[in-house]
Amino acid sequence: MMDTINILIFPGLIFTIILALFVAWVDRKVTARVQWRVGPPLLQPLFDFTKLMGKETMIPGQATAWLFYAAPIMALTGALVFSFTLWNANLYPDNSMVGDLIVVVYLAMIPSVAFMLGGLVSGSPHSVLGASREIKLLLGDELIIVMALMVVIIQSGGSIKLGAILDYQRTYGAVAWSPSGMIALILAILAMQAKLALVPFDMSEAETEIMGGTLVAYSGPLLAFFKLTQWIMRAMLPLLLVHCFWGGIIFSSWVSILAGLGKLLVFWVIMILIRNTNPRVRIDQALKFFTVWGGCLGVLAMILAMLGY
Amino acid sequence: MSTIIPIGPYHPLQEEPEFFRLHVEGEKVVHLDIELGYNHRGIEKLAESKSWDQVVFLVERICGICSTSHPAAAINCMEDLGAIVAPERAQYIRAIICELERIHSHLLWVGLAGHFLGYNTVWMWSWKYREIVCDVLEKVTGNRQSYAMFKAGGVRRDLDQDDIPWIMESMDKMKPVVDLFRGAVMDDPVLHARLKGVGCLSAEDAINYAVVGPTARASGIRIDVRKDDPYFAYPWVDFDIVVYEEGDVYSKAMCRIDELYQSVSIIEQCLKKMKPGPIDLNIKELPPGEGIGRAEAPRGEVFHYTLSDGSNFPARYKVRAPSYTNILSNEKAVIGETVADAALILAAVDPCYCCTERLTVIDEENNKSVLGQADLLKLSQAKTETLMKRLSL
Repeated sequence: MMDTINILIFPGLIFTIILALFVAWVDRKVTARVQWRVGPPLLQPLFDFTKLMGKETMIPGQATAWLFYAAPIMALTGALVFSFTLWNANLYPDNSMVGDLIVVVYLAMIPSVAFMLGGLVSGSPHSVLGASREIKLLLGDELIIVMALMVVIIQSGGSIKLGAILDYQRTYGAVAWSPSGMIALILAILAMQAKLALVPFDMSEAETEIMGGTLVAYSGPLLAFFKLTQWIMRAMLPLLLVHCFWGGIIFSSWVSILAGLGKLLVFWVIMILIRNTNPRVRIDQALKFFTVWGGCLGVLAMILAMLGY
Repeated sequence: MSTIIPIGPYHPLQEEPEFFRLHVEGEKVVHLDIELGYNHRGIEKLAESKSWDQVVFLVERICGICSTSHPAAAINCMEDLGAIVAPERAQYIRAIICELERIHSHLLWVGLAGHFLGYNTVWMWSWKYREIVCDVLEKVTGNRQSYAMFKAGGVRRDLDQDDIPWIMESMDKMKPVVDLFRGAVMDDPVLHARLKGVGCLSAEDAINYAVVGPTARASGIRIDVRKDDPYFAYPWVDFDIVVYEEGDVYSKAMCRIDELYQSVSIIEQCLKKMKPGPIDLNIKELPPGEGIGRAEAPRGEVFHYTLSDGSNFPARYKVRAPSYTNILSNEKAVIGETVADAALILAAVDPCYCCTERLTVIDEENNKSVLGQADLLKLSQAKTETLMKRLSL
């Protein structure tokens, strides 16, 4: 019974979806306020989602149909499992079965891979271009994410267990307050922006260039799944950062839970502000940025971490 | 092997239907096909069935953004035909409206350019500050868009002397706004990375493609109808032509932003120099003959030609809009750039698609244009002959 509640209600399916819809609203509302607009009502993401669910699904003639169907489902599943694993690691840090950092990094990659797949099989030149950009971007941002997490692993004594990383931070203070941890956190925030396909790294969708890129051929419920996946990832990737760099969310009292949610909110707002104060860069510029600058800083952070800073 | 990336006929990049076929290898553009004519409305033919006063309203509908430049060229054309000199106060009011429109059009472009770059904050902010200008336009003309102010021999509404301090105040409000956008473009390293050295149009290509307006001035060509063939109140005010040398998107953006300062200054000078007086000559008819009119639209030179047989209607009306030449220069500017930049370069000439509509006849069987240059030339000569016979010239 507890497992069922855990998977379906809290912190699984329903809670994750509600949180994702809320973050989608925060994103749109803050964006609107930054841009001198009023912004949508609280339930707008839910309205959008339900409306898309009721629309017709069009399959392009050139598409590989089963993959075209499979990609959004795969993306949504990946995002849900990612969120579920992370919440459980925060709820029960001593539980040894909740998976480790490597699993989480792979799970976080599944939605990107699914977007790519959906783009490649839908047979439109725009979506193929978007998918090819997504592949290139993935090469860049994965490298940075792994480097940033390496700093965390080194600092917490070589453990890749999510629970152990939390334990270390609860004893010795958050990773982000050390010089190497700070550099790694900044890199991780930038890589997160790329993983979430937000400006300045939204070239795989780039509405005004390639009309939504990977998503251009999708409609109806399949598009709704992709949108929901994006919203879930936007809500949950910051939780990975809070977990690895800022001591996670401690479920011991209401104050500590609220403090944890406050940490999440900080990352959400940073994410939205970066997205609203930058133009989109080109894919080659993004790759150069991640491999050259990001790579150098990442190596520097790892060396600092090994030296104990 | 090149693939085709279609931009258009309907695309979020464009507000109007237009078709750019990008031939790409990977992300690199190797060739560009431009296809116009999705929105042909037959304005020139329509003009032949409208009276002279109505023609001004008609050409105002050619373009929604620079809705006063076509009327400006049209009344220049009619005044050239009738050798009319409009009263001084009318000339000042006309110049003020033209410059207000230039400000709103350039701000609109800055916003759209931001939108094309995914920088939606710039888009919303520049359109918010554009409201100041739209309010002034409403106060002066009664309309935020399509002002319906111009007529041969004068203007339709006088500018209320009591409004001048308020307009001056609004212009003062514009200066920090222009500073803001100038700073935003000049100080942002990410924008530099996206704009500098992208989509260069050399001065030679600019001349070969006969580009006009900011597109030409950003490539180092000093042309501006306001200086080259002064009209309205422009000979009486002091202003500079903004010229940049590089011809890339950054220069085009900076050129437009710097022109905002000039426009604000022109409006202030006009308001100061304006004296009370008549605003209209009440022209009732135009003599037979030919007339040409030019005006500097925000996008470049607008050219109108008319042939009159002395009746109430033009016998022939011809419009040449700036975007028509500017868009074709993309053929050079876009080659060798990536798809990501191509979208921006196409937009950097500030295209106004409905200005560019021309008729093409396509054979459905083999997708070839039926009426080539030679055929059109023949048609045009035949038409001129008929007209000459009818007018017994």
